[in-house]
Amino acid sequence: MTINVVVLTGFGINADEETQRAFNRVGAQASRIHLNDLLADPSLLDRAHILAIPGGFSFGDAAGPGKILANRLRFKLEKALQDFVGRGKLAIGISNGFQVMLRLGMLPFFDGSFQQTCTLSQNDSARFENRWVHLRRPENTRCLWLHEVESLDLPLRCEHGKFIPQDESVLKRLFDQGQVALQYASSGDEDGAGVASGNPIGSTEAIAGICDPSGRLFGLMPRPEAYQDRVNHPEWTGLHLPEEGAGLQIFRNAVEFARREL
Amino acid sequence: MKTHRIEIARKANQADPAGASVRAQIAQDLDINVEAVRIIDVYTIHAALSEEELTVICEQVFSNPITHDCALNRSLAKDYSCLVEIGFLPGVTDTVGRSALSAVEDALGRSFSEAEGVYKSTLYALSCVDYETTVHITTALLANDLIEQYSIQSAEEMRSRDGQSLLALPIVKETAGPLMEEVSLDLSDEALKALSRDRMLALELEEMRVIHDYYEQAEVRDARAKAGLPASPTDIELEILAQTWSEHCKHKIFNAVIDYEDGTEKYRITSLFKTYIQGVTDAVSKRVPWLVNVFEDNAGIIRFDEDHVFALKAETHNSPSALDPYGGAMTGIVGVNRDILGAGLGFQCILNTDVLCVASPFYAGEIPPRLMHPRRILRGALRGAQEGGNHSGVPNVNGALVFHEHFFGKPLVFCGTGGLSPAIVGGRPVWEKAARPGDFIIMTGGRIGKDGIHGATFSSEALHEGSPATAVQIGDPITQKNMGDFLLEARDLGFYSCITDNGAGGLSSSIGEMALKPGGADVHIDRAPLKYDGLAPWEIFVSEAQERMTLAVPPEHVDAFLDLARRRDVEATVLGTFTDSGQLRCYYDDQLIAALDMDFLHDGLPRMYLEASLDTTTELPQIMPAPDQNDLSADLAAVLGSLNVCSKENFVRMMDQEVQGQSVLKQFQGPGHDGPGNAGVIKPLADSKRGIAVACGICPKYAELDAYAMTACAVDEAVRNLVAVGAAIGTIAGLDNFCWPDPVQSETTPDGRHKLAQLVRSCEALYDVCLAYDIPLISGKDSMKNDYRMGDTKISIPPTLLFTAAAILEDVDKVVSMEVKDAGHIVYVLGETYDEMGGSEYLALHGMTGSCPPRVNPLSARKLYERLHQAIMEGLVKSCHDVSDGGLAAALAESAFSGGYGMTVTLSPLGVENGIIALFSESQSRFVVTVAAEDAAAFEAAMKRSACYRVGETSPEPVLRISCGDDRYIDAELSVLRDAWKKTLDW
Repeated sequence: MTINVVVLTGFGINADEETQRAFNRVGAQASRIHLNDLLADPSLLDRAHILAIPGGFSFGDAAGPGKILANRLRFKLEKALQDFVGRGKLAIGISNGFQVMLRLGMLPFFDGSFQQTCTLSQNDSARFENRWVHLRRPENTRCLWLHEVESLDLPLRCEHGKFIPQDESVLKRLFDQGQVALQYASSGDEDGAGVASGNPIGSTEAIAGICDPSGRLFGLMPRPEAYQDRVNHPEWTGLHLPEEGAGLQIFRNAVEFARREL
Repeated sequence: MKTHRIEIARKANQADPAGASVRAQIAQDLDINVEAVRIIDVYTIHAALSEEELTVICEQVFSNPITHDCALNRSLAKDYSCLVEIGFLPGVTDTVGRSALSAVEDALGRSFSEAEGVYKSTLYALSCVDYETTVHITTALLANDLIEQYSIQSAEEMRSRDGQSLLALPIVKETAGPLMEEVSLDLSDEALKALSRDRMLALELEEMRVIHDYYEQAEVRDARAKAGLPASPTDIELEILAQTWSEHCKHKIFNAVIDYEDGTEKYRITSLFKTYIQGVTDAVSKRVPWLVNVFEDNAGIIRFDEDHVFALKAETHNSPSALDPYGGAMTGIVGVNRDILGAGLGFQCILNTDVLCVASPFYAGEIPPRLMHPRRILRGALRGAQEGGNHSGVPNVNGALVFHEHFFGKPLVFCGTGGLSPAIVGGRPVWEKAARPGDFIIMTGGRIGKDGIHGATFSSEALHEGSPATAVQIGDPITQKNMGDFLLEARDLGFYSCITDNGAGGLSSSIGEMALKPGGADVHIDRAPLKYDGLAPWEIFVSEAQERMTLAVPPEHVDAFLDLARRRDVEATVLGTFTDSGQLRCYYDDQLIAALDMDFLHDGLPRMYLEASLDTTTELPQIMPAPDQNDLSADLAAVLGSLNVCSKENFVRMMDQEVQGQSVLKQFQGPGHDGPGNAGVIKPLADSKRGIAVACGICPKYAELDAYAMTACAVDEAVRNLVAVGAAIGTIAGLDNFCWPDPVQSETTPDGRHKLAQLVRSCEALYDVCLAYDIPLISGKDSMKNDYRMGDTKISIPPTLLFTAAAILEDVDKVVSMEVKDAGHIVYVLGETYDEMGGSEYLALHGMTGSCPPRVNPLSARKLYERLHQAIMEGLVKSCHDVSDGGLAAALAESAFSGGYGMTVTLSPLGVENGIIALFSESQSRFVVTVAAEDAAAFEAAMKRSACYRVGETSPEPVLRISCGDDRYIDAELSVLRDAWKKTLDW
């Protein structure tokens, strides 16, 4: 079965090509679709199994990162998105795309409603930072995108990546319901010993990514699409890494799940 | 119509990292302690809005209830002593305001009228600081009055103004001048010079006379009379000629006839460009089969693999960056991106490089008028390069920060971009482009304002308050990204036959150049979309407003092209047609206002004649510090901490280095991700192991000692950086970017002949070294007037060549990084070490210059590079680091601490008696290499007949021990050296 993926592009989204490539490398049929084309023809979503909102600077971060893109989707596509999610389809938002999903309320998607309860705020350093981080999956996470991925290294490239929930109860719910998908972690003595350890941007509870209660909708700040090959890792010349970059498994999990379940 | 003000501030319980960062900058840069800085974003909406609509806007567009408060017509500033509000001047690009406007339109479900708008400003609430100090903070750090307006208010003053706008609405109010003016050239020489100066034409007297003579010709007079044009030139015609003939566009100095002498030799050079730059490329082209298109296009184009081609270009943006480093650097990077987008039928930008030259950020003296503190230049330019590159989605893969006191007069901002394209697009080779008669002239992207008028003939006239900032611009990378995405789509659909960017000279240059092949163009200037009213036709035609491309679209594709543009929200406008009339003709409301013969426009410029004379009278003394102790560990730490050697990691981390997912070797390497890499490497295709390595070389510190050596060292530095990661001789292409102080002899430049002679020597070095290394120069640029002059003060930059080099790698799996990989590896020094301390970091540390700069022996270096490449391909090399600023000691230290392994090394095998020279001489063409013990014999065999010295071993103990032949030594913990290297620019 062909798994169709819509990778959103346009207006400053800039990681669309490598996101498309990642899906295609794990056997999906991914198309980059311009926001205007999707708004003009929401049925494009009907034919898709997976929606990806890639990273970048949609609308130049004006009025807050992801804000304008999220608004445009909400004003013009909310119903189609609700149908999409309601049919158990999968979505991933990466970096700026994660922010868009939070603003839309597609994440954490408590009680099946589009309500914003979390945000991503400016890094403690007040700077854009490009550095690799070590990530761990909490044991109880329901995120199907992270099947068989216990920990991995990925690049973080953002100025607004600090995860902040509305209040303590939201945070507790995220943990209790297995919706915390990834956390920044110290790398300890494993391979990849030099990646920024701990929580370089000051995220609440070191949260790097969350999912919806079903585990199908996933948003994360670090960039799995930028680690498709061994040579992307900053230490590959000194380590014995497998040929495939660890980021690809995330996309493979989703494509295989879609093939099995949708 | 009412003006509404929306303020957005962090909630009291939220930290304000941006405010804290400004507070830290105020402390660091101005030595002022402000208790707290809170930053409030302000959006001023000038529109007819109902109460309901205002509520919708606040809630839907501007509120972020989790972290921020949002207030309408009420201020959120609390507990401050002074408030500063900073917004743009009229006419300056306000990208955030523009995007916010579309967000407001989204929320309201209706479009704003032309008179309505949204404007962004920023409010700084400063605690515990008096009014005078706030004025100082504002002018010295926060605001740039060339592009911004500001208002400073004390807490008392604000009581009555709460929630009111402090700034004037930045709306441009211009009254249009006359449609066209007739400018008589029947003038005395003095009057012609004055005319050129007053109109900022930057034309020499002889050029003015040639123009005068053109209009005197009988056939020209007749034709003009018939066409209804005045006999004398119109203002727009003069402007077109001035743009087309500017130094910036025509490279008059590089094409001049030059008589050179240096005391021993005398000869004539008919064109530096043809003789040396094109000359070496011609000579080398027989030996490199991969050149596709050089010199003719916006960028040099070479083959990447059978199905893909690679384009490379670097530009400078020095003058704008001196006035507004942020906007200057940003427009620099997005500008060179457009060169790639406009190379051939359009390439996708896949990498950026940034090289910045400034004076010491620790300068503590007076700042002459119109200049900025180097620290402010540095911060601004970095922020501009960062935003320009990051927002465009192009990774930064290589760069440099170079410090020299003479960059105080003018900083140098070099921006480079590489692009990739399928060899065949829309059924045609991507490098073949030509407008045809009948093709429509279409402009896409941003609109035209007074931005950058006369950028190509830049003047230093003071700008007057309230006028649009015409000389400096801010880029809008999102508008450009949107346009770029659209153009690549249109390219693949085969919609256009030619494309070029609008840079220097604006439409006059882009249309003028594209009209060469068809043989003419008819342009309707009134059809060009404007940002605001009040522009004269000539201003529209020469404006350098950003984010615009000009295309030739065949009639059969026009509708489809315009339709796609509409669907992508990209403005595209038909301005006229290309013709074969032999003339560039401009119309305004169907009235002919300019008609210039293409031949005269492009070939009428008289060639310049210049004299060059190398001043060899000032022999500098050969000097050498003689420290009284043998332990030079502290000296090494100081060299590592010097500005030209120290880590620039904090700045580089602000650049997105991995977008597009193609990164192979990053700028910082090793287990701590902090070792300084030699060259950036990317792998641009998912299904291929082929890679592109990019490096640069730049050595202005040697220039005053010997411009030939400065250039040879720059080329060698770029090449050895590439060789260090695994590139092969014969696969390297080069770009030359010359930045020179004015080399034309005049009253204000009494040493012009010497500076020109330095340029000649530099070109000769470029020729010699590139020839020896088989490097074709595929593109380049020169910037020739890098001086600061104000009253009696003149500061000239050191003559500087940036050499950017790129190599295609067959297999990225074989590349080598710079850090030591393990204990027990053998350490080698490759290349000879000479007494070449002139210009070295070590002498600079002791306040000396020295006399003998490093010299390159390209023939022996080439052999060394070829053997090293072979060893790398055979997998014999574990790490390789090039030796440059700071000498061998710095390179050994960097390799060691970046890998986390110590080294025990003796330099006596090098045969250099003086330990200071062995450690700190900056002789070229050298490497520090580590090799596994079991590969040592094979490595030595591979390097046989080249200078290859086995000097020691790596060890698990984190200590660097170097002993020299004369009992001098280094014995230092790696952490001490690493800290010294990191702390200087740890902002």
